[in-house]
Amino acid sequence: MSQTTMASASSAPAAARRTAWAWPVLLAVAIALPWCFYDFTAGRHSGFMVSMLSQTGMMIIFALSYNMLMGQSGLLSFCHAVFFGMGGYVTIHTLEAVGKGMPIPMELIPLCGGAAGLATAIVYGYMATKQRATAFAMITLGIGELMATAALMFHHFFGGEGGVTSNRMIERSLFGLEYGQGIEVYYLIVGWTFLAVLLMYFLTQTPLGRMANATRDNYERAQFVGYDPRVIRFLQFSLAGLFAGIGGSLYAVTYEIVTFDALSGALSANALLMAYIGGITAFGGPILGAVLITVLQSGVSLLSNSWLVYVGVLFITMVTFAPEGIAGIITAHGPVKRAGMLGRLAVPYVRVIVPGLLLVLGFVGLVELLSFLTIGAAQGKKLVLFGSVLNINSAMPWTVAIGMLVIGGGWLRFESVSFGRVWDDITSEIKAREKRS
Amino acid sequence: MEIVLVSLLNGLVYGMLLFMLASGLTLIFSMMGVLNFAHASIYMIGAYLAFEVSRWIGFIPALIIAPILCGAIGAAIEIWGLRRVHHNGHVAELLFTFGLVFIIQRGVQMIWGMLPMPYRVPEWLDFPLFSIYGANFPAYRGFMLLISAGMLVAIWLLLKKTRVGLIIQAALTHPHMVSALGHNVPMVFTGVFAGGCALAGLAGVIGGNYLTTESSMADAMGPIVFVVVVFGGLGSLGGCFIASIIMGMIQTFAVVFDYTIADIFKPIFTIPRMDNLLGEILTVPMSRIGPLLPYALMILILLVRPRGLMGTRDT
Repeated sequence: MSQTTMASASSAPAAARRTAWAWPVLLAVAIALPWCFYDFTAGRHSGFMVSMLSQTGMMIIFALSYNMLMGQSGLLSFCHAVFFGMGGYVTIHTLEAVGKGMPIPMELIPLCGGAAGLATAIVYGYMATKQRATAFAMITLGIGELMATAALMFHHFFGGEGGVTSNRMIERSLFGLEYGQGIEVYYLIVGWTFLAVLLMYFLTQTPLGRMANATRDNYERAQFVGYDPRVIRFLQFSLAGLFAGIGGSLYAVTYEIVTFDALSGALSANALLMAYIGGITAFGGPILGAVLITVLQSGVSLLSNSWLVYVGVLFITMVTFAPEGIAGIITAHGPVKRAGMLGRLAVPYVRVIVPGLLLVLGFVGLVELLSFLTIGAAQGKKLVLFGSVLNINSAMPWTVAIGMLVIGGGWLRFESVSFGRVWDDITSEIKAREKRS
Repeated sequence: MEIVLVSLLNGLVYGMLLFMLASGLTLIFSMMGVLNFAHASIYMIGAYLAFEVSRWIGFIPALIIAPILCGAIGAAIEIWGLRRVHHNGHVAELLFTFGLVFIIQRGVQMIWGMLPMPYRVPEWLDFPLFSIYGANFPAYRGFMLLISAGMLVAIWLLLKKTRVGLIIQAALTHPHMVSALGHNVPMVFTGVFAGGCALAGLAGVIGGNYLTTESSMADAMGPIVFVVVVFGGLGSLGGCFIASIIMGMIQTFAVVFDYTIADIFKPIFTIPRMDNLLGEILTVPMSRIGPLLPYALMILILLVRPRGLMGTRDT
């Protein structure tokens, strides 16, 4: 572990230069994306797409700020949504105050949310960062529950179950924008997301970011070097709170309502899922995770009741087989690509993906059948596949689903062994080549 | 006075239920270093299974069958799940159980539906045991106390007086030495995990009809159990017991008292009425902030004693 960290540290500037092109490209993509779904006949943007992209933007900030704790400092937090939510609540109250005459332009309001997140994180960080590892995780769990319960209890600030609402058209803007339409808010989110991601990236390059990695890998050694791990944990925790607060602020501006859902444990869990599935060891991993989870969530939850099962199974699969997440899988292919042997993986990949798809389809089929039997029936829904209504009480669909699951599973097991053999061959060949040169 | 006595009994019942859950969690944690997030989910499964079994066979068989099934589920999780991710460290194990929470939650909803189950106290236990100052004390609560006290004694005897308990205690602190002496440490781990899950299942059986058997019961119980474990000190059964009872008492006593923070200051000076957040904090009655108290108390004790009441280690 320590060796790989050192290697990545020494080659960090080179890697930064190699990936520098990604920043402007990603920004351009983010700016252009809503126009790909522009409805030219009606002359307006697709509301669903704009709101999904906005949601993705704030979730990127949220997941990345979570990874400042999880991936970079090795702190497993279960209260990250508290800072997101506090940013949101304070933003709503700020919007109200601006409506009554406080002179803050819309573009700077996320700073207020960020300040709220920072202040909350300083208070709770002081308590939580006394501990590390499992104890830290449990304390943050308690903090998260404390705040979620308090949000339901105190009506003046949190608005109880109904939450607090405001109006974002405050007519104060640096650029003369009204923010009446979703697309204007989307570009505000793009701007702040880009800024926040850039800042969080620079933070990883500072001594603080490096020492956070050191305390994660070996906190005793970090103490010998002369740093107090607790101070480092505290600083990382507070700064993560700042960025989460900015994300929450954008949330409040977009939806104009903040309820206790915005600081509930479910959202904290979502941060963990996004960061982990995307990959916590690479900086860009949580971005991938945030995009994937948000898109899947918006898409799948429209079609299916069982989103939680799928995301749970995906998460467990990642924990078991790919602890470095999607980003880790991608970076593992880096040496293979540089050696020019990516082509040799194509056929094995196809041979793994086909049974894998069969397994996934069988599993999804079974879960959907089960959920239609109970929840769907209670909602009076019918299962429609390929335009025809399936009779979920007949044996046929069940047999097909179970058959696909079993055959796909067995086949995948068989194929994954041969895939592993090919992979091992390639990596040993690359190693031998490196030794020669 | 009568309120105090009744609340004391109710608090004891609830505290013992908490202890049944928290003791399994503490045992698993102190042995394997694994924080089992799915512990409250197992408790929920226990309640649902008990409902099914008691519907077809009876309550007494449910009291035995459901915990055994929960233990089997726990063993399966340990053997096919946790052992595979063990080489990735404790965080990976914790995350594995964390993922299980989602799956179990939705799985239970898919099998039994979203509505609460009509899992009721068996008729032969549905009578008032005695009455104090006109308030009836249901026999079922006495039964719960009996079961949980029995469990407490059984655990204590198992850990302190038997050979198995000796091995478990040794494996707690010196797993390598125990393994070198020829004991199958992984099997001890599986046994402890299964045992902890069986305890959670038992808590589900007797708690499911005392509270409500519904798919949100894991979410309702989970955080409190974690608070109990942290409050009592990680890895300490004694601290866990005290913390359970304290939490049970707090939750029941908070409901019956209607004092506010402003009332405390009343003899000294009267706080002016304020229409803001501070005013609300000062005037909210105790009965409303009851659910908040365990968490506030946990944070308080962590500020004074970071290891919890009787904790022996930091992590």
